Amino acid sequence: MLEFIPVESGRLILRCSASWTRDDPRPSLRVALDELHSFSADDVVAIDASGLTCWDSTFVVFLRDLDKAMRAENRALDCSALPDGIRRLLALANETENAGVARRNTRPGILTRLGERVLAFWSAATDMLRFVGEVLLSVVSVLAGRNPMRWRELAFQFSSSGPSALPIVSLISVLIGLVLAFVGAVQLRHFGAEIYIADLVALGMSREMGAMMTAIIVAGRTGAAFAAELGSMQANEEIDAIRTFGIDPMSFLVAPRVLALSLAMPLLTLYSDLLGMIGGMLVSCGMMGLSVSEYYHQSLQAVGLVDFGVGLLKGSIFGVLIALAGCMRGMQSGRNSAAVGKATTSAVVTSIVAIVVADSILTVLYDALGW
Amino acid sequence: MAGAHIQVRDLTMAYGDFVIQHDLNFDVNQRDIFIIMGGSGCGKSTLLRHLVGLKTPAKGSVTIDEVDVWAVGPDERDAVLRRTGMLFQSGALWSAMTLAENIALPLKRYTRLSAVEIRDLAAFKLALVGLAGFEDYYPSEISGGMKKRAGLARAIALDPEILFFDEPSAGLDPISAKLLDDLILELRDSLGATVVVVTHELASIFAIGNNSVFLDAESRTMIARGNPTELLKHCEDSRVQRFLRRGEIDA
Ligand SMILES: Nc1ncnc2c1ncn2[C@@H]1O[C@H](COP(=O)(O)OP(=O)(O)OP(=O)(O)O)[C@@H](O)[C@H]1O
Ligand SMILES: [Mg+2]
Repeated sequence: MLEFIPVESGRLILRCSASWTRDDPRPSLRVALDELHSFSADDVVAIDASGLTCWDSTFVVFLRDLDKAMRAENRALDCSALPDGIRRLLALANETENAGVARRNTRPGILTRLGERVLAFWSAATDMLRFVGEVLLSVVSVLAGRNPMRWRELAFQFSSSGPSALPIVSLISVLIGLVLAFVGAVQLRHFGAEIYIADLVALGMSREMGAMMTAIIVAGRTGAAFAAELGSMQANEEIDAIRTFGIDPMSFLVAPRVLALSLAMPLLTLYSDLLGMIGGMLVSCGMMGLSVSEYYHQSLQAVGLVDFGVGLLKGSIFGVLIALAGCMRGMQSGRNSAAVGKATTSAVVTSIVAIVVADSILTVLYDALGW
Repeated sequence: MAGAHIQVRDLTMAYGDFVIQHDLNFDVNQRDIFIIMGGSGCGKSTLLRHLVGLKTPAKGSVTIDEVDVWAVGPDERDAVLRRTGMLFQSGALWSAMTLAENIALPLKRYTRLSAVEIRDLAAFKLALVGLAGFEDYYPSEISGGMKKRAGLARAIALDPEILFFDEPSAGLDPISAKLLDDLILELRDSLGATVVVVTHELASIFAIGNNSVFLDAESRTMIARGNPTELLKHCEDSRVQRFLRRGEIDA
């Protein structure tokens, strides 16, 4: 398909023939250059493409690279005999040579990367603190009336994070109650103390499991939704549009979400506590032969208001943490579709880590306080 | 080649029960620059979506290279549509990829070129639209007009025979718009492609178009077709005249 033909002294013809498209076998630039090197460096190379039946961009790219390589060796390429279309494409591509500032994607050394990691960690930590501070300020400013409260938005966020979550919270809570009752029953049956299943479930749900399970569900539902929504607003420059009107996106977008979830979480927690106890009752009454009223009275005896309060406090704190993590990851999201996905993932991971850490701290604290 | 490149017959387009345009009939010939004109919201983008196989007609047929796009199976349809390229109204570059990766994706998928060849080809396509050196930029890091041109580079990645443009010059300054028009003409001449353009820009319509169809929003059908310059001179319909004269009808 490619041959060099010396015609007269000082002149070579490079004849291209047959079909030259991306589906054909094509000679490589190296082979062509190697062959060219067997001729004198002063020869002018004229291209003759009249034998070419079919061509596409790969041919033009080949010519462009050949031209570049030959120019680097101070050889001359004569393109005047090429078909009109090819000559125009070459001219068009060369016209704008290097308009952009070419980027180099160099890979830095290991020490540089380590240093960058540490710096990134540090700045992530300070960003997190700053974000929490900003949210606090914006919530205060909304509550104090310095920024208008968006009641509709608050109501919408509340309803989509609270009531809409009831079915899944019901299912999970009942199942957790069942599991707790089963685990307890296996042990307590040895002592004929099945009645204490009620204590176990009531205490377990109200102090710990109700808040914990609800938080994990809400992190996956609402926390992820916050991050995805704010992230795609960030990607579409919608948040910038809010800023240009002099509106603070923190009090406009973040404050209603944080408030809504702080309201919804305690309620969901309470609901989960009760449904967990119902789950426990199903096992005790259905399989252990306790009566409903026995179970009910035993449960009443076992838990006090303090136990519910303890769980509620946990639930409220988890709610704030989830809202903060979701909104923070969303607001920090990059401006492309992959970044939005990453923001969502990291919102859920951050929430769950925060929930478990907070839970441990609170449990120790309660113990110290004797609650 | 015998026959028109694209034939549209009795095409009716609808979203659900809501008919956008009905009974469209027109031909796009080889190497035409075919303009789809009409007021905002009359269904130009929708027509383009039908031509590139993104939306099924409510009635009628679209024939590309003698293949009835909606009568054949999905594989055959994809094979025909692979020979077309589309520039979307908003660019629609894949935001998580660099410009070079945007262009490389169809090449990787549909050709057996090596990674080096693909990189060269992507760089060449970007050079064609005046974006040499921007290979490693992300779409969010370039201007709106550059996104348009990058979208064009992606549309021509596979050397298509038919190019579809949705408002290529919207949002560009007059000089960039003119350069883009020149580029479209240049690509048509050098690649030998057929070009279908949706545009409102009167200057472009007369500068590049040699055939057209005019969609009317009220009667929901086409009311004129032919060379835009001829339409300006000879078309008697007042709606077409108003459009082509920016609302100024001379007595
Ligand atoms: N996904 C959709 N569902 C329902 N109706 C739609 C949808 N997309 C567009 N429409 C309607 O179809 C009509 C035509 O829309 P289209 O986007 O094709 O207009 P257009 O001619 O391209 O306008 P413009 O010049 O402003 O881009 C409009 O009335 C619009 O409301
Ligand atoms: Mg449109």
